[in-house]
Amino acid sequence: MKTFIGIDLGSTTTKAIVLDSDASVLGRGITNSRSNYGIAADVAKQEAFLDARFFLFGKLLQDLPTLDGYLDEFLSRFEQDFRLEQYLDQLAELERACLDSATDDRLAKDGAETRALLADVFRQLDHEAPKLYAQGSSRKSDFFRDIAGSQYSRAAESVTQDSRISFEAMLNIYDRSIIEVENHISNSADEAKFLSALDRTCKQSPRFAGLLDELRQLVRRVLAYELEESYVVGTGYGRATLPFSKEHIRSEILCHGLGAHIMHPKTSTVLDIGGQDTKAIQVDSDGIVESFQMNDRCAAGCGRYLGYIADEMNLGLHELGPMAMQATRKVRINSTCTVFAGAELRDRLSMGEKREDIVSGLHRAIILRAMSILSRSGGIRDQFTFTGGVAKNEAAVAVLKELATENYGELTMNVNPDSIYTGALGAATFAQRAVVH
Amino acid sequence: MNTAVTNSAEVQKEDSMLLQKAMISANYDALSTAHEEGRKISSTFVPGNLNELLMCFDLVRNLPEINALQAGMRKKSGGYIMEAERSGHSEDVCTYVKSDLGMMAKGQVGPNGKPLPTPDVLLLSYTGCFTFMKWFELVRDEYDCETAMLHVPYQADGEITDNMRDFVVMQLKEHVIPTLERVSGVKFDIDRLREYLRESAKAEENLVWVLQSAKNRPSPIDAYFGGVYYCGPIFTAFRGSKQTTEYYEALRTEVEERLEQGLGPVTPEGVLDEERIRLVVEGPPNWTHFRDFWKMFYDEGVVVVASSYTKVGGVYDFGFRHDPDHPLESLADYCLGCYTNHSLPSRVNMLCNYMDEYEADGFLVNSIKSCNSFSAGQLLMLREIEERTGKPAGFIETDLVDPRYFSPANVKNRLESYFQMIEQKKAHGDAKTAA
Repeated sequence: MKTFIGIDLGSTTTKAIVLDSDASVLGRGITNSRSNYGIAADVAKQEAFLDARFFLFGKLLQDLPTLDGYLDEFLSRFEQDFRLEQYLDQLAELERACLDSATDDRLAKDGAETRALLADVFRQLDHEAPKLYAQGSSRKSDFFRDIAGSQYSRAAESVTQDSRISFEAMLNIYDRSIIEVENHISNSADEAKFLSALDRTCKQSPRFAGLLDELRQLVRRVLAYELEESYVVGTGYGRATLPFSKEHIRSEILCHGLGAHIMHPKTSTVLDIGGQDTKAIQVDSDGIVESFQMNDRCAAGCGRYLGYIADEMNLGLHELGPMAMQATRKVRINSTCTVFAGAELRDRLSMGEKREDIVSGLHRAIILRAMSILSRSGGIRDQFTFTGGVAKNEAAVAVLKELATENYGELTMNVNPDSIYTGALGAATFAQRAVVH
Repeated sequence: MNTAVTNSAEVQKEDSMLLQKAMISANYDALSTAHEEGRKISSTFVPGNLNELLMCFDLVRNLPEINALQAGMRKKSGGYIMEAERSGHSEDVCTYVKSDLGMMAKGQVGPNGKPLPTPDVLLLSYTGCFTFMKWFELVRDEYDCETAMLHVPYQADGEITDNMRDFVVMQLKEHVIPTLERVSGVKFDIDRLREYLRESAKAEENLVWVLQSAKNRPSPIDAYFGGVYYCGPIFTAFRGSKQTTEYYEALRTEVEERLEQGLGPVTPEGVLDEERIRLVVEGPPNWTHFRDFWKMFYDEGVVVVASSYTKVGGVYDFGFRHDPDHPLESLADYCLGCYTNHSLPSRVNMLCNYMDEYEADGFLVNSIKSCNSFSAGQLLMLREIEERTGKPAGFIETDLVDPRYFSPANVKNRLESYFQMIEQKKAHGDAKTAA
């Protein structure tokens, strides 16, 4: 099967989309951009192809009468179990890297003791892993670095309590090792992980246990499909670092414009708030960009700003929106400078403002800045599509809707659940059009 | 990634550029030794620059903006600006001003590395930039020297009236010329002025021919990055001299040859082989990263076919020439006609005309962070031009000579997006037409 890939290298996350010849989405993949865009692009692509295999597997299963009525449940369990296998695989790699790190010169004198503690930590992590991927569980992040980091930190704190080895020394080992693990693409065969996951799913649920052999055959069939990479287009902030020729690189403005048009064909104005830039784009009825404006030298008021705020408050990024929704009073914040964000926050707290009111004010401040960029680009026209990581934040969406209506009247505002993939979708569409048209 | 240019190992320069370099260098040398040789120095600005008149008094001409620009290109302006900020000039002040004040504070060494003596007279021909007035107030305060101020009425209604012209001529006769006579000790000779103006008109004719050669496809010149070199002598200390007439003859011959051979502009990396996009640009270039900035264009096969910046020191392409038969009147018309003295609607008309006449694919504004006089209204101009021409417009922000205000990744990102947007629109338009 011919496939067309779009990769969007953002400053925070890297996204990939795989399309088939009819421009239908087969798979989506996302990873943290880490310090290596090349690896991030490969990992996101690998993830999108995995997702495509799940999608194709799901299609095959539709013809399996024995799964009638339980298909969604099965697929959801199976995917969670696959993610668990993937996590365990990476944990094993992380453990190896940590042990190597513990034997280097500086730590050699305490090497044996450190290695023993590491073994304890990883035993604990392995033990806790299934809970993280159990049905109905929620994780603060889907990225290995974040999940493993938080688990490791907790375990390390507990094992170092009665030890000569300090917690900081253990964290140091983690910090050095995680980079190595992140920048290494796992070579372990997907088939093994798929089959282990299948075993896990079927063993845990009597309903599926009897289907194991049949499902194994179908998995092998899906994995045997040849997914040919016909054309790849890269976009996003890190696109220049991709080892692609010029024809395979597109500006994120064009990709977001086209991606928004594909998701919502009546889109006229697109607002994308990403990690370090905010873009206002006007598109025509075919998704062709007519004009655009971006934030200038400064990343004030972009997604990274919310990231800093979350860090300052010791919260997950995804917890900010719900907190802001609890606000009962409007706190006016003018500065959207990312660097000053922490100071602004502490100042407001010291003045006795409530956290939720401050966070709500911060959301309003970044949306006000986006409104200024929108007006510079020619204003908001109907329909208005909001994309980028910040579009996942309900408080940002609510303020944007309010200000858009206040300034431009009633309009349809689209926020797609997959909006984070808008740029990658646009890129993949360019890839598909380059070959098919 | 360079795709549009035939690569050349050494930085490519046209013969005319070398000639110009020699002229500039000789002028700096003349400034360095002026007082030793008993000559007086005038400082004046590019827009409304009355070079022919200053030559009538044997004054050596110093142009502070050019010093700032040269400091920018030679990577010295950053230090000068910091120096000016230390003495209390805020971050938002025009960076030409701060570069100049910083250079003065740091011992007043000119771009040639030799001392730049203090001027004997400041001639301020006010043609739209309010900051110039404040700048010279500061300079006058520092040097305690004579100032001659010429008030040039703003072309608010888009035309020059007799009253306006008479007002300027009256000031020339009653204030500017007597002041220059007193400072220089040289009696004004109108025939000498006529002779210089005759030379100016010849040079202007050739400059216009060169700038208008960009109407061809491919354009043999880049009317912005190359254009700033082409307008150099006429905008600065040289208009009216025989040397300048010769410079423009040489330049025209060079461009004629390129045109005959169907060649594109000469970039620092060689001749641009493929002209993919033709642009009209509003606003000055960035000087601290001039070559990097230019590369962002020629790497993508983008040629600027007309620009407003090459009109700030005089608008010649709509027929105006200095006229030896009406010397003072034509100096007045020259000042009144500078681009900076035009109203917003006139500037929009002029740029729309360029878009049309030069068959441009897009219109780009390079807005200057520290320029309060001319950044205002640029977005309005952009919208209006976009609407009237139906061509895509782009907007970037850099600065004249403050290196802190040039963010290469950001500018490149926007430019690439803009160029791709133009190509996408062109391709889409072609596909629609074909359908």
